[in-house]
Amino acid sequence: MTRLIGIFVGLGFAFVVLLAFVFGAATVIGEGHLKEPSAEHDYHLEAKNIHFASDGPLGKFDRQQVQRGFQVYKEVCSACHSLRLVAFRDLAQLGYTANEVKAAAAGFTVPGIDPNTGEANTRPGVATDYFPKPYPNDIAARAANNNAIPPDLSLMPKAREGGPQYIYSLLTGYREQPAALVRKYPGAKTPTGLYYNPYFANLNIAMPPPLTSDGQVTYADGTKATVAQMATDVAAFLVWTSEPTLEKRHQTGYGFIAFLLFATILAWFSKRQVWAPLKPRKHKA
Amino acid sequence: MSFPWARAYEPKAPLMRYLDEKLPLPRFIFNAVGAGYPVPRNLSYFWNFGVLAGFCLVLQIVTGLILAMHFAPNATLAFDSTEHIMRDVNWGWLLRYAHANGASFFFAVIYIHIFRGFFYGSYKAPREMIWLLGVVIFLLTMATGFMGYVLPWGQMSFWGAKVITGLFGAIPLVGEPLQIWLLGGYAPDNAALNRFFSLHFLLPFVILGAVILHIWALHIPGSSNPTGVEVKSESDTVPFHPYYTAKDGFGLGVFLILYCIMVFFLPNYLGHADNYIPANPMATPALIVPEWYFWPFYAILRSFTSDFILSAKLWGVLAMFSSILVWFFLPWLDKSPVRSGHYRPAFKWFFGILVIDVLVLGYCGGSHAEEPYLMISQIATAYYFLHFLVFLPLVSWFERPTPLPFSITEAVLGSDDAAILGASTPTAA
Repeated sequence: MTRLIGIFVGLGFAFVVLLAFVFGAATVIGEGHLKEPSAEHDYHLEAKNIHFASDGPLGKFDRQQVQRGFQVYKEVCSACHSLRLVAFRDLAQLGYTANEVKAAAAGFTVPGIDPNTGEANTRPGVATDYFPKPYPNDIAARAANNNAIPPDLSLMPKAREGGPQYIYSLLTGYREQPAALVRKYPGAKTPTGLYYNPYFANLNIAMPPPLTSDGQVTYADGTKATVAQMATDVAAFLVWTSEPTLEKRHQTGYGFIAFLLFATILAWFSKRQVWAPLKPRKHKA
Repeated sequence: MSFPWARAYEPKAPLMRYLDEKLPLPRFIFNAVGAGYPVPRNLSYFWNFGVLAGFCLVLQIVTGLILAMHFAPNATLAFDSTEHIMRDVNWGWLLRYAHANGASFFFAVIYIHIFRGFFYGSYKAPREMIWLLGVVIFLLTMATGFMGYVLPWGQMSFWGAKVITGLFGAIPLVGEPLQIWLLGGYAPDNAALNRFFSLHFLLPFVILGAVILHIWALHIPGSSNPTGVEVKSESDTVPFHPYYTAKDGFGLGVFLILYCIMVFFLPNYLGHADNYIPANPMATPALIVPEWYFWPFYAILRSFTSDFILSAKLWGVLAMFSSILVWFFLPWLDKSPVRSGHYRPAFKWFFGILVIDVLVLGYCGGSHAEEPYLMISQIATAYYFLHFLVFLPLVSWFERPTPLPFSITEAVLGSDDAAILGASTPTAA
């Protein structure tokens, strides 16, 4: 009985889903293509394959580079983008001394409270403060940015497919919209106020090109500040902000794996020894 | 509840004798996973996955308990408190990655355990109750995994919760009120997050209880084995300890190496980038997918795209739930008296196709709901239901199994000296 009901139910589900298949297949045949061609599909590019010191299981931060990236964030990105999960005290991990951290914090203005009147004011940051937000709220952020909110950057490499490679590609990927694209998809012409960037998911990004000319920042360590260099450096900085424990994780990992390999080999020999008396004697004469 | 030749527990030290009189816990352990539990001698490494699943459950409970000490189950705080764990809590990153990847490994282990059961007919008499409890455990684990993924309150948490709880809305008449009642609102928000946290904390202990019943039920007929032939004599079994403790110890080592590679070197590989964006009800992600371990079922849900008497959505919901509920009926759908797939020439093929079918469903479930993935998942869904509900009953009807070994001992050693009870089993050469 169970089997009869089962066969009936099974055939029912199969019938309905195959019906859906037939309709789906008919649509595909009718339209002559699997899916609607789109500008995004044709012109979107995968992130460029560039190497970061933090990549791979042996990855570490290149502290010089991350410090340079911090400078790019401070002088360029921070005008619009917050970094709300990172505190100034965290900068000590990048090799800054306590005084340098204090100085970096003091370089930012954070919201405060007047100790005498209790009214809201602003004060220079201290090490325990988090990076301040450039806009008091989302409405202000939209108003200042052509109705787009500049996203927080703290987790950016982990929050986008492609990681730091994507960030680098996006920052260096601005270009003229190809004429062929507009000819094929007239509706996909980049609207005014947006910028064509084939690395962005829908090809048109609200952010104006942030890194436009070599020497936009002046690196203290003498590295030549090309656009590509600045983009790489700030992407490396964001890898650190998104995962400050990356190095510790990798180092702890070697210890764990080494111990486990050792323990597992021992376990293998112990298993063999325990089972040895039971091994089938294959050719017993 | 065991074979007559099972070793008896004999406490020697005075303290152990005292304990045995007052609270025979050591005796219980001895009989459950010690030398007092005789186990077939021919278990393959596929039989390691029960112990591994138990290990995963404990791992999840321990890491989860500590995470709960630092996590704030509130819609305005959940995302940031998760990042607080990652950044400021000592070893918090390790706990969170261990817990998140632990869920993935838990499901991987459970899936292998379940498919081992499919192939070796572990659901058949006298082990139906073990199987039924196992399906209950699986359902509870799915619910727990789903609610856990909502807790960090990222984009995928929010939209995943919205899609899955939205399924209840497909139920006629009561659907919408039910959905609002479950969520505590029209969309997932603080009320939903808070109750998900509460249930996510509770359910693992319910699972633990069900696992104890699962193991209890197992100890009545004893473990199955790759031949599917029941234990006949003492030479068919070995004591669980030291034989299978040693074998499980090695298996656990291999498991932990793979697990640690993920935790320490690819911790976000199985996750989704969108979940590092705080939940935003105003911005729908381009692709809403659950965690990988739900993909096959998600593909089944989405493959029903045409109304037929019922709405397509309701068909999808019914099919998704049925795809697991059908496992409850396996012991009565597959009536072949032969348990092990090794001796079932036709079943073997259907099983192989099922494995591929579920992998294909998984791939489609993780992709965009567009062609060709829809058409592929429609075919795969049809096979899935036909396999369990049509092919299995029919195969068990028509198939001619190949000869079984007389006993486990014969299967292992080529001959069985205990085989004297009439059934002559001539051994070649």
